[in-house]
Amino acid sequence: MASEGTASVDIGSINPKVYKCEYAVRGESETYPQILEQQLQANPGSVPFAEVIYCSIGNPQALGQQPITFFREVLALCDHPSLLEKSETRNLFSLDSIARAQKILSYFPGKVTGAYSHSQGVKGLRDDIAAGIEARDGFPASADDIFLTDGATPGVHCMMQLLIRSEKDGILCPIPQYPLYSASITLHGGTLVPYYLDEATGWELEISELKKQLKDARSKGISVRALVVINPGNPTGQILTEDNQRQIVEFCKKEGLVLLADEVYQENIYVDDKKFNSFKKIVRSIGYSEEDFPLVSYHSISKGYYGECGKRGGYMEVTGFSSSIREQIYKIASVNLCSNISGQILASLIMNTPKRGDASYESFTAERDGILKSLARRAKAMEDAFNNLEGVTCNKAEGSMFLFPQIRLPKKAIEAAKAAKKEPDAFYTLRLLKSTGIVVVQGSGFGQMPGTYHFRCSILPQENKIPAIISRLAAFHESFMNHYRD
Amino acid sequence: MAKPLDYESLNENVKKTAYAVRGELYLRASELQKEGKKIIFTNVGNPHALGQKPLTFPRQVVALCQAPFLLDDPNVGLLFPADAIARAKHYLQLTSGGLGAYSDSRGIPGVRKEVAEFIERRDGYPTDPELIFLTDGASKGVMQMLNAIIRNENDGILVPVPQYPLYSAAITLYGGSLVPYYLEEEANWSLDFNNIRQSIASARSKGITVRAMVIINPGNPTGQCLSEANIRELLRFCFLENLVLLADEVYQQNIYQDERPFISARKILFDMGPPLSKEVQLVSFHTVSKGYWGECGQRGGYFEMTNLSPKTVDEIYKVASISLSPNVPGQIFMGLMVNPPKPGDISYFKFEQESKAIMESLRKRARIMTDGFNSCRNVVCNFTEGAMYSFPQIRLPARAIEAAKSAGKAPDVLYCLKLLEATGISTVPGSGFGQKEGVFHLRTTILPAEEDMPAIMESFKKFNDAFMEEYEDYRGYSRM
Repeated sequence: MASEGTASVDIGSINPKVYKCEYAVRGESETYPQILEQQLQANPGSVPFAEVIYCSIGNPQALGQQPITFFREVLALCDHPSLLEKSETRNLFSLDSIARAQKILSYFPGKVTGAYSHSQGVKGLRDDIAAGIEARDGFPASADDIFLTDGATPGVHCMMQLLIRSEKDGILCPIPQYPLYSASITLHGGTLVPYYLDEATGWELEISELKKQLKDARSKGISVRALVVINPGNPTGQILTEDNQRQIVEFCKKEGLVLLADEVYQENIYVDDKKFNSFKKIVRSIGYSEEDFPLVSYHSISKGYYGECGKRGGYMEVTGFSSSIREQIYKIASVNLCSNISGQILASLIMNTPKRGDASYESFTAERDGILKSLARRAKAMEDAFNNLEGVTCNKAEGSMFLFPQIRLPKKAIEAAKAAKKEPDAFYTLRLLKSTGIVVVQGSGFGQMPGTYHFRCSILPQENKIPAIISRLAAFHESFMNHYRD
Repeated sequence: MAKPLDYESLNENVKKTAYAVRGELYLRASELQKEGKKIIFTNVGNPHALGQKPLTFPRQVVALCQAPFLLDDPNVGLLFPADAIARAKHYLQLTSGGLGAYSDSRGIPGVRKEVAEFIERRDGYPTDPELIFLTDGASKGVMQMLNAIIRNENDGILVPVPQYPLYSAAITLYGGSLVPYYLEEEANWSLDFNNIRQSIASARSKGITVRAMVIINPGNPTGQCLSEANIRELLRFCFLENLVLLADEVYQQNIYQDERPFISARKILFDMGPPLSKEVQLVSFHTVSKGYWGECGQRGGYFEMTNLSPKTVDEIYKVASISLSPNVPGQIFMGLMVNPPKPGDISYFKFEQESKAIMESLRKRARIMTDGFNSCRNVVCNFTEGAMYSFPQIRLPARAIEAAKSAGKAPDVLYCLKLLEATGISTVPGSGFGQKEGVFHLRTTILPAEEDMPAIMESFKKFNDAFMEEYEDYRGYSRM
């Protein structure tokens, strides 16, 4: 009763799963830098740096990356189709973007983009995505298997919702992992079953480790339902070898697990000796068909060279499930009616880019390659910089948008952290932020081998800012290590 | 070996969840459409799908935001009015890097400020932008709040019957209990506080802790607009019973009568003053999908929290942050909706014209449909005071109910399927929204174009009257 003084929804009566879940990528890594930014604006001399630099999330366009012109031309025309009736438009927009917008508009009943679409997404856009998947993999893909979502994240929540019945249901997740998985599993009341990636071998995924953790979980009465693989890895950046992928597929088949393949960084590849292979391609090339192997593959418009995070676009390709399960997935998708149209259009564009001969092909290719080559250079520069720091080792970023260096913190620093009631790596990253304005995310937010400390740092600041960032970071690190030297 | 995920091993809550708006009728209609039949989709409040044009100004602004290179072109003024250009620049400045960057997880601060200013102008009371969270459509906000409130199956949520089935679906999905309170059809779908008190008492006697109450104002599917007295009584009720009030106000721009204009629950709460204004917990929802905007595909919405503790707000913020941010174009549509062109702006006249035309037409169509349904045999229809729907009661003859039972279908489902096959009109059976036992309805929207309405109503009448003819008992008339 309000008259008895207790409110109906407060911290004591909130859903405990909400209370329990954590997501280190934002949280304090977002709110405290914002406070510093406000301080900086109000009183520039009050902090020892001129700007706050967010190396904490994969948000390229917030750090100056330009959107791909062709994509934005198409979107603008689709948002305001009356432009297509004006003669001036041909002078302001590339001819192929005009043609593509007209084609996309024809997918919409009445050429209208403001209506709720089919709950899986507009059919024509799904056809384009399926064609793109087929061109990428060499194996057929179907529009009926595609579910367009507001970013890849809702698709992950959907599968966790289907798979998790109680805390006895477990999901195998890599450690370190992108903490959407741990948060989602907690929110849906399940159990995260960790499998540790091996830092010493470049974050390799050992099948023996998978088997060990599975056996362990089962012995505790956990029914392990699925395996999450992030390829390229986040935060770790490693690209799986084809062999490794085959082993993973066979493991899932043998143990009766659904494979959840997070492939959102598939276009962020910085090494020549490895390439991205989708799990769908691997599954089909082994010879498993639609009937044999349940697989959910996630992709997103937020990463790659397009970096369209703010549009919230992505999809999951759902294969190998019975029609009754697919109906349930459809049903859950329908409660939200549909994902946003702008994001849907972008998802189709990234899977169906300008081809040789198209008016925008040259400029598109130049923009794309410029961004990717720059990302590769930044990845290398930062990897080398981290490896030059005392007590720091950093595996190569083969892909994705992050580096995940390990810092061997001196005992005194660890003690100081404990006294401040902070995880040692969070203690380090907070000091880094206060001294330099550089925001990174502490390794404990992603999971790590006990007794080891890391932080995740994005490679996204503009290339010309990287040297200054490196030198500030190096200066801070040296002073920190000197201060806490054993 | 059993498949890793099959129907048996699926989360039970998922199995139990139903959402009729895109359920059986809609799927059947889609099948028929593929076979070449002309279908009139009146199953969902989706104005642009039925010919309503988007307002020009917001589309101009968002197009410029999508392609900022246009702003650098000296000829941009040939394609876009100066105020759209200025507004696009304003919104781009508010973002953290254009439309392509994740924003603050609660939404762009500058847009939330515009929403706060709108609420203040509307209600006359100030509000804090920090307590306004933008979401990918109002539905996501509703789901987030229900997820925060529901701990287990002993937590109950009071929901009107009939209701928009997002509420029943979300409650089921999150494992809570739906506590129904029945709206009074004979009294124009008004609230019956005796019924509400009975419902809550009954739930509590079963060990349910009733945590929150949902009101939909204007109502969906019922369209009724609550009176000020109604809302005051509701707020007092929530205060006494310690309930969070979840006020779904997404149809606040869709009002088709003048006796009961829209008044927000928040305004009335503050009018009532302390202790209620300081104690009653209220969450208010709004969207860009309805009103005269109808921008469903953009997925833009917000919720505003009143009297929730800072720690609770933090937890809700935490969950929002897992999804990183709501989509930025949708946020800009929201900003434009709460802060439209003003008198004196270059685009004002056209904007006003377009908006008024839509509103006047909706008002007319609400009347045409209500009258059309009331002219049909065995059909009784309350006037659509607001929102976008008509919810006629279909008095099905006993033999029709029998036929449905033999076919293994709910009676209104059978009626709606037959209506669909005969006329192409795709509706949602009343059972999808909840109704009193033995009373049947269907929900249709008032959105088909005005010029198409007479033909649609005629088509409906022809089908309905023939159906009634077929299934009614010929009292005392021997067929031998």
